[in-house]
Amino acid sequence: MTSVPPGLILIAGGILLPLLRGRVRALAVLGLPLATLALVWAVPVGSSSTLAFLGWELAPVNGTVNGRLFATIFSIAAFAAGLFALPRARPLELAAALVYAGSAVGVTLAGDVVTLFVFWELMAVASTTVIWASDQPGAWSASMRYLLIHLLGGMVLMAGLAAHVASTGSVAFQAFPTEGIARWLILAGFLVNAGAPPFSAWIADAYPEASPSGMVFLSAFTTKAAVYALLVGFPGTGVLVPIGLYMVFYGIIYALLENDMRRILAYSIVNQVGFMVTGIGIGTEMALNGAASHAFAHIIYKALLLMSAGSVLHATGRRKCTELGGLFRSMPATTVCGAVGALAISSFPFTSGFVSKSMVSQAAADEHAMVVWFLLAAASAGVFLHAGIKFPWFVFFQRDSGLRPSDPPGPMRVAMWLFAFLSVAIGLVPGPLYALLPHAVTYEPYTVPHVVAYLQLLLFAGLAFFVMLPLMRRTETIALDLDWLYRRPLTVLSRGAAQWIDRSRRAAERTGQTAWARLASGFFQAYGPEGALGRTRPTGTMLLWVVVLLGAFVILHFSASG
Amino acid sequence: MSGAGSGPTGRADREDARRSAASDPAQEHWLARPASLRRIKIVSGIVLALTVLPDLFIEQHAAFGVEDAFGFYAAYGFLACVAMVLLAKALGAALKRSDRYYD
Repeated sequence: MTSVPPGLILIAGGILLPLLRGRVRALAVLGLPLATLALVWAVPVGSSSTLAFLGWELAPVNGTVNGRLFATIFSIAAFAAGLFALPRARPLELAAALVYAGSAVGVTLAGDVVTLFVFWELMAVASTTVIWASDQPGAWSASMRYLLIHLLGGMVLMAGLAAHVASTGSVAFQAFPTEGIARWLILAGFLVNAGAPPFSAWIADAYPEASPSGMVFLSAFTTKAAVYALLVGFPGTGVLVPIGLYMVFYGIIYALLENDMRRILAYSIVNQVGFMVTGIGIGTEMALNGAASHAFAHIIYKALLLMSAGSVLHATGRRKCTELGGLFRSMPATTVCGAVGALAISSFPFTSGFVSKSMVSQAAADEHAMVVWFLLAAASAGVFLHAGIKFPWFVFFQRDSGLRPSDPPGPMRVAMWLFAFLSVAIGLVPGPLYALLPHAVTYEPYTVPHVVAYLQLLLFAGLAFFVMLPLMRRTETIALDLDWLYRRPLTVLSRGAAQWIDRSRRAAERTGQTAWARLASGFFQAYGPEGALGRTRPTGTMLLWVVVLLGAFVILHFSASG
Repeated sequence: MSGAGSGPTGRADREDARRSAASDPAQEHWLARPASLRRIKIVSGIVLALTVLPDLFIEQHAAFGVEDAFGFYAAYGFLACVAMVLLAKALGAALKRSDRYYD
């Protein structure tokens, strides 16, 4: 039993990484996630290390089934994304990404809310740094907006946690009480990181501005750490069902309107996290298993999709569907891997998405939540529409853009093949993943009716895509989102306020300066070298005046008494 | 980095690649030849029909009753997607802006 959080290895490694060079650095980027994975598995479930801090009993390393599941996939994602990043990422990005991954692992093993919060905020700082290290032109301002949202979320979370600890006297991180303001603040803090409304826009705003490999890192940790926190803190919270469903359809609609291939995939992160949030809201064992396994599967196929898109960006420098197309000719490996990721995100039978997401739908059916079930079924078809076909079609097929870029260098290809393999392997043999889930799995995904139902749903969604294709012609546009509020009116307002403050300050300065100048010149007149009160006089003159005064006094004295 | 014409191949090269591929079907990738495209369409149609056919023989585990109907999932998937595309189109009319809007 170790009391050192496994994530600290990645964090320390990330901080020291800039000192390393060449092969040693590559070894660290690949080796540290694997070492972390080994340490995670050395923490027995049910064990907890304690650390006394400011009168609290902290539990920085707390073994739980959920924690181990998420820590495992975070370590694997850090390894594969690191491999993908090696050929071209800046040292700063690699260093920040290791710290980022380490704090995400730290969150999943935190047994108390203090440790949780520290790693939570470290994640915000490290992920901002990953965006800073980008080579995309819009990265700097996007990273600032990203940081502001996460600092806001962190403050709300901090307030909630402080209120929770003050009212209950316990720092333990477990399901939160079912009422009280603290609960709602904590829930809001978690939901900001999950990309829930009204703060869904930050994902599509910030992530696509990261470097090709940076977005692979970003897609894995923040939103899924939030899913983990909701899974532990708020299972069965009813309000999460409508929130999750909103996210599901928000992701689909915005992705359908989007032209930038990586923004399409960013919107589909919100969509997929929506399925998980809905499952957590339903809260049965089946639903929680579905949410947890879907997070696991999602991290792999989403990273795979982003590696595929990242390879295209790396090779062409382009992100817009209007500038891409026909790349399957010269990028066969990238096309195949992207297609596997697209099938997995669409929950095609024999891929990882099929064995995980369908548990959430099944849970809705078991609970006789008809509206939820129908919406989830429509959304499953919609995933194929907005991500499953749209991304590969517009990037690798549609018209011939004339571009003939080649597949990316070795390590990037190996990382893609690895995750493509895992996406199919989990779909074919779901047993090992099911064994990692928080509750015993009684679900059998591969029944003939279920497979037929999904094939119908998805393939006819595909038909709808091609029938509706004329309506989906790509234009060089974005779709306004709620971030418009803080990017336009709020910016204008704050700029106006800054100008007003500046003007008032200058006016006050001028008034003050005039008053001061008048006072100073008054003093100068009286006490200056030429002033009446500041003049120097010869001693003789003074003596004469003393004699005159004395004489006058004597005369007055005698005339008065005489 | 992302400016037009700054890719690894210049604009003229890309035009050449496209023209030579278009003028001579034999030079084009087998997937993009007109004959292949026709074949893909036919096979897709058959596959679509095959996925609905089993509904004659199998019984869907129906939690709400309607899933049993012949071709329910096919129709629902198709109509749901058409509805979502139309909804996106309608929202797009109000929300779409040039992608330089915030620059």
